[in-house]
Amino acid sequence: MSEMTLKPPLAERRSLLGWLRKNLFNSWGNAILTVAAGWLTFVTLRGLLQWVFTEADWAVIVTNLRLILLGQYPIAEVWRIWVSMALLAFLIGNSLSIWGKGKTSTRFTVLLVAVLLALAFAVGESSRLWLLGMAALLAAGWWLGRGAGKAMRNVVGIGWVVWPPIFILLLRGFSAQGGVLPLVGTNLWGGLMLTFMLTIVGIVFSFPIGVLLALGRQSNLTIVRWFCVTFIEVVRGVPLITILFMAQLMLPLFLPAGLTIDRVLRAMVGITLFSAAYLAENVRGGLQAIPKGQYEAAYALGLSNPLSMGLIILPQALRLIIPILVGQFIALFKDTALVAIVGLFDLVGIARTVLAQPAFLGTHREVYAFISLLYWVFSYAMSYVSIRLEDSLGVGKR
Amino acid sequence: MTKKLYPIFGLLLATAVLLAACGGGAAPAAGNGEPAAATEAPAAAPAEVVFTTPSGYGVTLEAVRARGHLICGANSQVPGFGYVDADGNFSGVDVDYCRALAAAVFGDANAVEFRPVTAAERFTALQSGEIDVLSRNTTWSTLRDTELGGNFVHTTFYDGQGLMVREDSGITTLEDLDGGTICVQTGTTTELNLADVFAAAGVSYTPAVFEDADGTFAAYAEERCDAVTTDKSGLISRRTVLADPNAHIILDVTMSKEPLGPMVRHGDDQWFDIAQWTVFALISAEEFGITSANVASMSGSANPEVLRLLGHEGELGAALGLSSDWAYNIISQVGNYEEVYNRSLGPDTPTYIPRGLNSLYTEGGLLYAPPFR
Repeated sequence: MSEMTLKPPLAERRSLLGWLRKNLFNSWGNAILTVAAGWLTFVTLRGLLQWVFTEADWAVIVTNLRLILLGQYPIAEVWRIWVSMALLAFLIGNSLSIWGKGKTSTRFTVLLVAVLLALAFAVGESSRLWLLGMAALLAAGWWLGRGAGKAMRNVVGIGWVVWPPIFILLLRGFSAQGGVLPLVGTNLWGGLMLTFMLTIVGIVFSFPIGVLLALGRQSNLTIVRWFCVTFIEVVRGVPLITILFMAQLMLPLFLPAGLTIDRVLRAMVGITLFSAAYLAENVRGGLQAIPKGQYEAAYALGLSNPLSMGLIILPQALRLIIPILVGQFIALFKDTALVAIVGLFDLVGIARTVLAQPAFLGTHREVYAFISLLYWVFSYAMSYVSIRLEDSLGVGKR
Repeated sequence: MTKKLYPIFGLLLATAVLLAACGGGAAPAAGNGEPAAATEAPAAAPAEVVFTTPSGYGVTLEAVRARGHLICGANSQVPGFGYVDADGNFSGVDVDYCRALAAAVFGDANAVEFRPVTAAERFTALQSGEIDVLSRNTTWSTLRDTELGGNFVHTTFYDGQGLMVREDSGITTLEDLDGGTICVQTGTTTELNLADVFAAAGVSYTPAVFEDADGTFAAYAEERCDAVTTDKSGLISRRTVLADPNAHIILDVTMSKEPLGPMVRHGDDQWFDIAQWTVFALISAEEFGITSANVASMSGSANPEVLRLLGHEGELGAALGLSSDWAYNIISQVGNYEEVYNRSLGPDTPTYIPRGLNSLYTEGGLLYAPPFR
């Protein structure tokens, strides 16, 4: 519809004064509001900017950057993370040109390359080459993906599936006794990396579980339905922090002596189950929004139950609830901060540790401002990607 | 049809919640009962116990050796006691104790994995065997030493209620505070200790009481009182959030007993001995003037106890189940008590605490190790 509206006459376009008069000063009341709001913004921003550029001591961030991003991951093994990131950059570049749409894809690629280059010049020698390499791989991936055929698409699709296991394998290593890839225990994973791991594992595993629970709740099989209902209602009835506490404190008491489950894994399972219960209800909402006629049409075509779900109902239902899903994933991303309370070094956990360093006592504002910025950047990125996804799927338009 | 299901569903849910609650309630009781039963078992059949329970004489050392490193429950958020430095290494006095223990067991102070534990989970982590030793500014008290299934090894830091003042106020002793105002949290033993100590010293003061710790320190930050009081280690971490942490000093006054020390599981006396004599080795080394710098040249010492401590004479290491140079490794790799203390809490650090009670008994403190013989 919006494209059909007529544009205003030339005289009213592109004129700064005209725009100001029309939007900010079109009546006395609005003029006063504009001035008041402008003054308030100025006062707030001035204080903030003054603090950011003159008063804040960012040395604590510069010195502890590696700790904040990667936790206690050993320096000698950091190349593994870089290699994974380089692969990821290639995949992203490739996917952008294959699935992205013309201008948007180009703009996005250029933006990412620019960010990488900017970072490369902001950081020290050791990381610069890696970042430059990542920028180059991203561009190369984009270049290669142009005009790619179906075979190339499949390769990239497979790439996305195999990347996460490769990443985790590289990160963790195999052999406890040194060798090519010595084992790096999860107790050394931390910082932004751990936050990401918890988020990604939470999203990837809670999604299928949540969909199954939602289907199970609508099932005709009584036991399946009741199991799903009980699980959803029990898990939704307790706060995430109690689940994490249970996993970290109570579980070891139930386990036989000598058997310990990795703490990061425990947190991942807790977060996944918690998120799955919420997701199930969101998916159920989507399922209920599908008109009865769609189900009947699927049956009329002779599709079996799984087929009608997989081909007709679920694709429509999931498309409907993308905004809700993304909202939940963003919430999940931020909820992972709770693991700091049970002693894991995620972004918040590592921040609190950095604050205890005698050299940087009293730098709470700098550290928390920085990690807030990190949280915001990635939350916003998720939100932006979801809007693009909705656009390309035509949600809300057809 | 669906309406009929609601009461049934509600009933089921209530049962499930009840069951979950009962399960939760029963678990700690079982957890507490286990170590107690295990302590009696070794006398009857030690050989069997070795494989069935984490408790029992010698089991911990065996498990630690088989694993190849020690797992130490540490704090990661207390400046001076346990924190992570910019290179990702754990530092602090509590952390250095674990390094010393690793040096004693493996001859390598780095053979230790630090497992950050929170205040809530520390005793569970020790009970369940996730950690071999808990070294995390934990106050020694009766219930913790008994019901919680652990034994306190020895006091490594005599904490106590202290006083913090602004450096430019010129206050250095209790008497200087005569007629002053002191911020204190109400309803705590802190408030009572303060009254007792000042009454005993004949010093008058005006207490400014607050409901919570945040309010207490906020009032101090706003200069509404001359001094603020809580445990010394707490004062240090609270000082970090003041606008200019270095403008405040902690007086050399101690007003209560807060003995902090490492803790091991009930039921393994050998491990308890090793953990305890590691502390004694650190203290004795300072008493005998052995440092990480001169420990190598101490083989020619005239003092037979020094020779026994360092393993040049006698079989003390074997008695503990360790190599003869266990104490030598501690001192050469970690240092003596003074070196450990000064590294994290000494005058050159931002987290300086005067040694006070944590001096050797020969210097008026409480550090006193039994003889090495």
